[in-house]
Amino acid sequence: MKRGIPVRLEGLSKRFGKVEAVKRLDLEIGAGELVAFLGPSGCGKTTTLLMIAGIYRPTTGAVYFGDRRVDHLHPRDRDVGMVFQSYALYPHLTLFENIAFPLRLKRVPDAEVKERVQKTADLLGIGHILERKPAQVSGGQQQRAALARALVKEPQVLLLDEPLSNLDAQIRLSARAEIRRLQRDLGVTAILVTHDQAEALAMADRVAVFSMGELQQYDTPEVLYHRPKNTFVAGFVGSPPMNLIEGTFTGDGFRAGELRIPIPGAPTGKGWLGVRPEHLALGEGGHPARVLVVEPLGREVLVVAEVAGVRLQVLLPEGERPEMGSEVGIVFPEPKELHFFDETGRRIGPE
Amino acid sequence: MRRYLTPFLFLSPATLLILLFFFTPVVATILLSFTDLSTTTFKNPSWVGLKNYQDLLADPFLKKIFLNTVKYVALTLAFNVGMGLLLALLTSLVPERYGDPFRALWLLPRILPPVVYVFIWQGLLAEAPMGLVSDILGVSKNWLVAAPWTVVILANGFVGASFGMLIFTSAIRSISRELFYAAAVDGATTWQTIRRVVLPMLAWPILFVTAYQTLSLLTSFEYILLLTDGGPGFYTTEVWSLRAYHLALSNYFGNVEFGLGAAMAAVLVVIGVVVSLFYLKIFNFKALVTEPKIEIY
Ligand SMILES: Nc1ncnc2c1ncn2[C@@H]1O[C@H](COP(=O)(O)OP(=O)(O)O)[C@@H](O)[C@H]1O
Ligand SMILES: [Mg+2]
Repeated sequence: MKRGIPVRLEGLSKRFGKVEAVKRLDLEIGAGELVAFLGPSGCGKTTTLLMIAGIYRPTTGAVYFGDRRVDHLHPRDRDVGMVFQSYALYPHLTLFENIAFPLRLKRVPDAEVKERVQKTADLLGIGHILERKPAQVSGGQQQRAALARALVKEPQVLLLDEPLSNLDAQIRLSARAEIRRLQRDLGVTAILVTHDQAEALAMADRVAVFSMGELQQYDTPEVLYHRPKNTFVAGFVGSPPMNLIEGTFTGDGFRAGELRIPIPGAPTGKGWLGVRPEHLALGEGGHPARVLVVEPLGREVLVVAEVAGVRLQVLLPEGERPEMGSEVGIVFPEPKELHFFDETGRRIGPE
Repeated sequence: MRRYLTPFLFLSPATLLILLFFFTPVVATILLSFTDLSTTTFKNPSWVGLKNYQDLLADPFLKKIFLNTVKYVALTLAFNVGMGLLLALLTSLVPERYGDPFRALWLLPRILPPVVYVFIWQGLLAEAPMGLVSDILGVSKNWLVAAPWTVVILANGFVGASFGMLIFTSAIRSISRELFYAAAVDGATTWQTIRRVVLPMLAWPILFVTAYQTLSLLTSFEYILLLTDGGPGFYTTEVWSLRAYHLALSNYFGNVEFGLGAAMAAVLVVIGVVVSLFYLKIFNFKALVTEPKIEIY
């Protein structure tokens, strides 16, 4: 199959009456890259995807596939494949005819249809159940059929709208890996919409984080995790989420009520101190805290503790397990593991 | 035993109603058709066996009336279902704020009393300068006399189409939006989406509307009665059920022949059952029936 093409969004916005679902979005996706659109429900991910597919007309802005401007084109002239959240398989057609549907519309000869459908279905491991109707196969198989239908016409751009959110946790993990492998093998440019940050971090080359129709940050998973641009991204990426403490930076530390944390080289002024639960530890000489909740997560233990009126989540390695209600000391990490945000939530350090 | 008892209990209210309101009248009609009950024999009717049916067959107008009935049912049905489908598709494709008022407009004739509705038609079809149709066509005629069949079919069809329109519209609305998106991404034009996705998914409502309308058209005659009363001229638009009505309830000679009317009605019942079975077969009814959603024990 041919390699994907770059996709570029320029000043893209979409308005539904009073609701501005997508606000002036600029984004570039490299050829063959897998990019995730990540954000809470209702932040405009699907709307953006549907504008790329050609279902919605943008209110303003442009969509480019390579050098070709496509935002005025009907979906059929765009060369995209799409997997919908509900899979949207045609209930009256067998899986074979579902997957064959895009080829039938292009009047591809019968023999070729048969060969291409079988090949794509085999690739996805559903080659043996093609005579069944969608209602007669499992959710995972429906998802593969939907993916096969999107891939069978060998599109340059593959759009995936929460393709895994309706699957069991177990299948979801294997499906992640499989989609990633297929996408790499085919070299197709792919956009994956998800509200699951773990999925985005695990699968994507780069992640675009959205909130309320606005792009917050567009970076690799590593950068998102280590250098979130603002408190929204900091709180949304990573699980359990980063602790964000509101207070005042004093140049040599941070103050929130009774809590005082010395930080050499800290900024000054009101703002937020961010620290990931996995970077906090329990130990002698730490800030005195009381354990409120202990939640074993299997390999790790999540502890919610209160320090001088501030609640913090602490992720402990296997083996450590304080008693509920006990007094412990919480140790803050090196300044390079801390995150500083100003009053408006924008990242100000450390560099 | 228990295995059959629960389903039986679940079905019993419906069964009772069917027995009471469907089966009893059918049986009564058939029984009646074997008697010579009429105004003159009202006090002591007697069994006459198949005589009413023999009389029916001997009727020289039977063939004309039968063909009239086929023509009336087939053409009106085609108009009803086709127009209903067309209206449902058109009003579903435009934004709701245009589609909804348009659909409401089509429901008006159904809300009007038949007498008023027919009165409006008669007004429209009268000679100039009263009749709007004559004015528009520039030919002054009583169009009801000039083209009785067209009028009968259209008058029935305008009322009937709204039924299919409502059923089809709700069926189209229940199709997930993503399915339309998927078809567009797969490369389908609007027409291809309708033909390859929407229509196949409407198989069940189309079967339902077709069967229901066939049966109600077979037995309905009120608009023909009011419009032409079977005329103009000799039995031009007389259909089976209207003939039964004429024989049984408004005989020209003042003698109302219940027995003969019942025989005609009984024939209609048989035709109705045969037609229904035929529909179930061509629509591959078994394939449309789904497994029960909840199991009962
Ligand atoms: N067809 C539509 N008509 C009106 N509002 C819409 C439509 N589609 C989406 N919206 C609104 O736009 C916003 C973004 O929706 P969506 O893109 O579906 O979010 P997401 O996929 O991120 O959950 C929501 O507030 C939603 O209610
Ligand atoms: Mg969505």
